[in-house]
Amino acid sequence: MTNGTQAPDMAPPVRGRSLWQDALRRLSHNRAAVAAVVVLALVVLLAVVGPWIAPHAYDELYFDHVAIGPDLDAGFLFGTDTVGRDLFVRTLMGARISILVALAATSVSLLIGILYGAIAGFVGGRVDNLMMRFVDIMYALPFMFFVIILMVVFGRNIVLMFLALGAVEWLTMARIVRGQTLTLKNREFVEAAVASGVTRPRIILRHIIPNLLGPVAVYITLTIPQVILVESFLSFLGLGVQEPLTSLGVLISEGADEMETAPWMLIFPATVLATMLFCFNFIGDGVRDALDPKDR
Amino acid sequence: MAVIDIRNLEVGFDTPEGKVQAVNGINLSVDRGECIGIVGESGSGKSQTFMAAMGLLARNGTARGEILFQGEQILGLGSRALNRIRGNAMSMIFQDPMTALTPHLRIGDQLTEVLTTHKGLGKRAAAARAVAMLEQVRIPEPARRMRQYPHELSGGMRQRVMIAMALLCEPELLIADEPTTALDVTVQAQVLSLMRDLKDRLNTALVLITHDLGVVAGLADRVMVMYAGLVVEEGPVETIFTDPRHPYTQGLLNSMPRIDRAGEERLTAIPGQPPNLQRLPSGCAFRPRCAYAFERCEQERPELEDIAPGRRKACHRERLEAVS
Repeated sequence: MTNGTQAPDMAPPVRGRSLWQDALRRLSHNRAAVAAVVVLALVVLLAVVGPWIAPHAYDELYFDHVAIGPDLDAGFLFGTDTVGRDLFVRTLMGARISILVALAATSVSLLIGILYGAIAGFVGGRVDNLMMRFVDIMYALPFMFFVIILMVVFGRNIVLMFLALGAVEWLTMARIVRGQTLTLKNREFVEAAVASGVTRPRIILRHIIPNLLGPVAVYITLTIPQVILVESFLSFLGLGVQEPLTSLGVLISEGADEMETAPWMLIFPATVLATMLFCFNFIGDGVRDALDPKDR
Repeated sequence: MAVIDIRNLEVGFDTPEGKVQAVNGINLSVDRGECIGIVGESGSGKSQTFMAAMGLLARNGTARGEILFQGEQILGLGSRALNRIRGNAMSMIFQDPMTALTPHLRIGDQLTEVLTTHKGLGKRAAAARAVAMLEQVRIPEPARRMRQYPHELSGGMRQRVMIAMALLCEPELLIADEPTTALDVTVQAQVLSLMRDLKDRLNTALVLITHDLGVVAGLADRVMVMYAGLVVEEGPVETIFTDPRHPYTQGLLNSMPRIDRAGEERLTAIPGQPPNLQRLPSGCAFRPRCAYAFERCEQERPELEDIAPGRRKACHRERLEAVS
C-alpha cells in the first residue's frame, strides 16, 4: 500500500493502525512478556550460533575429562557427560533440536489445523460432520502406540518425528479454528462479503482466517512447549533423536540416570528446558491479554 | 423490463419447533431508476425476501417461487453463478456499518476486492476507482481513508464506505436493508440525501427496506407495506401517506411522531404484538390487532386487489371509518 495516492494537502501520511499493531503495542507494555521474549531470544540465539562458536564439538570425546563437574579452566562450562563430551555445547545442541522440532511440528499443525478447521466450520453441514468425526477418530488413537509403530516401521529419524508430532497437534488446532469459524461465519462482515460476490475460498482465506489468528496465536504459544515436552518424552523413552545427536529430552534422560554421581548432567539441560517453557507461557499470557484487553 | 421481478415468493425456515413461514407469496417488481420502500415491523418478512434474492438465506431456509433478475431466474442458482451477479449487478447495503466491514482489512483492500473480483481490474486501477467512489460518497481525504482500518472511522463514515462498496460496480439494483437504523439522526439525513443523489445520477433501481416511514417518505417513489409475510398495501408514496387504506398502514402512520401536529395528539401504538408466524390467525393475519375487524375478516383472508391505478390493498373494509 505504500504506492497509494497521497492526500492532496501536505498532511503527514497516515498509516492505519491495525488491530494487530495495537495488540503488539499493548504486548510491549507487558513487562513479564517482554522479559520472557528477551530471555527466549537469548536462548534461541545461543542454541542457533552456540554450537558453531563453542570451543568443543558436540560429539567430541575427551577421555581425560569424563564426568567432571563444571570446570572453567578446562573449558567445560557445564561439565562433561559420562563419555567425556562437553555438556555446554551438547545442551545448546539439544535446545537447537528441541526448538527445531517445536517449530516444524507447530507449523505442520498450524497449516493443516487452520485450513481443515476453517473449511469444516465454513462449509458446515454434512461436510463439517464428516471432517470433525475424522478428527475424533484420530483423537481416539493412542498417540504413543501410533508413534512407536511409526518408529518401528520406518526406523527412527527426526523428520518422522516432526510428522508424527504435527499429525497429532493439528487435531486440537482444527477444533479451535472450527469453533472460531462457526462464530465468525454468521457475522455481518462475512455475510457482506458473500453478498458482494467474493468466492468462498477467498472468503475463508481473506475474511475468516486472519480474524481467528488471535486465539490461534495464543494456542501456538501453548503448542510449542507442549511439543518440546512430548519430544523430550519420546527421547526419554528412546524413541526420539539418535546419538550422537541429542535433544533436551535425551540429555535429561541421561542426566536422570547419573543424578546421584553427576547432578550437573541433569540440572543444566533441565534448567534450559524449564526456562524455555516458562518463557513460552509468559508470552502466551501476554499475547492473550494484548489481544483481548477488556477481558483481563 | 423490470430490473427485478419477484413472483409468488415463499420463504420458510425449518426450526425444531416446526416450519416458520416468513414470506407467504409476494409479488413485486422494480424498474430502473425507481425507488421502492418496503415497510413493516420486525419479522414481517421484508428482509428475508431480499436475502433470498441474494442467496443469503440461512441454512435451514428454503425459498419457492420466481425471482427474475433482468429476466433471468436467480432463485436456486449455485453460489458460483450467483457470484457473477451479486456485488456486481445487484448489491446490498447492510444495516449495521459497525459490523459489516471486515475488521482486519484496510478500507482500500475491501473496496478493491469487489472490483478485482467482478471487473478484473488490476490493483492500481481498482484503487483509483475506489478513491473516486469514496469522493462521490463525500468522504473527505479518500486516499488517506483507503489506508485506514474500519475501526478508525466513525459509524456514518463506515456506512458511506458500505454505500461506496455497493455502488463500485455500478449495479442495476441496490438493496438497502435498514441503511440508516444504526446511525444517529444527523448522519441519517446525510446518508439519505447521498443515496437520493446517487440513485438519480446512476439511475439505479433502489429497494429500501425499513421500518422507518420517515426514510421512506424522503426517498421512495412507491411503498409496499408488509405484514406477516404478506403485502397488505401498495401504492405511490404520497397517497399512502395521505390516504392509507389498510388499518395496519394507518396504525404505522399514527405511531410516527409528526412535527406539524406536535402537542395536538398523542402517539398511538398498534395494540398487540406481531403474530407468531407458525400459528397465523385464521382469515386476515392482522385481524387480532385490527380496530376495524368484523366477521368476514375471521373467515376469509383478504386478497390483494387493485383499488386505483397503481394502488392495491388487502382488506375487506372499503373505507376506514371509525367503528362504534
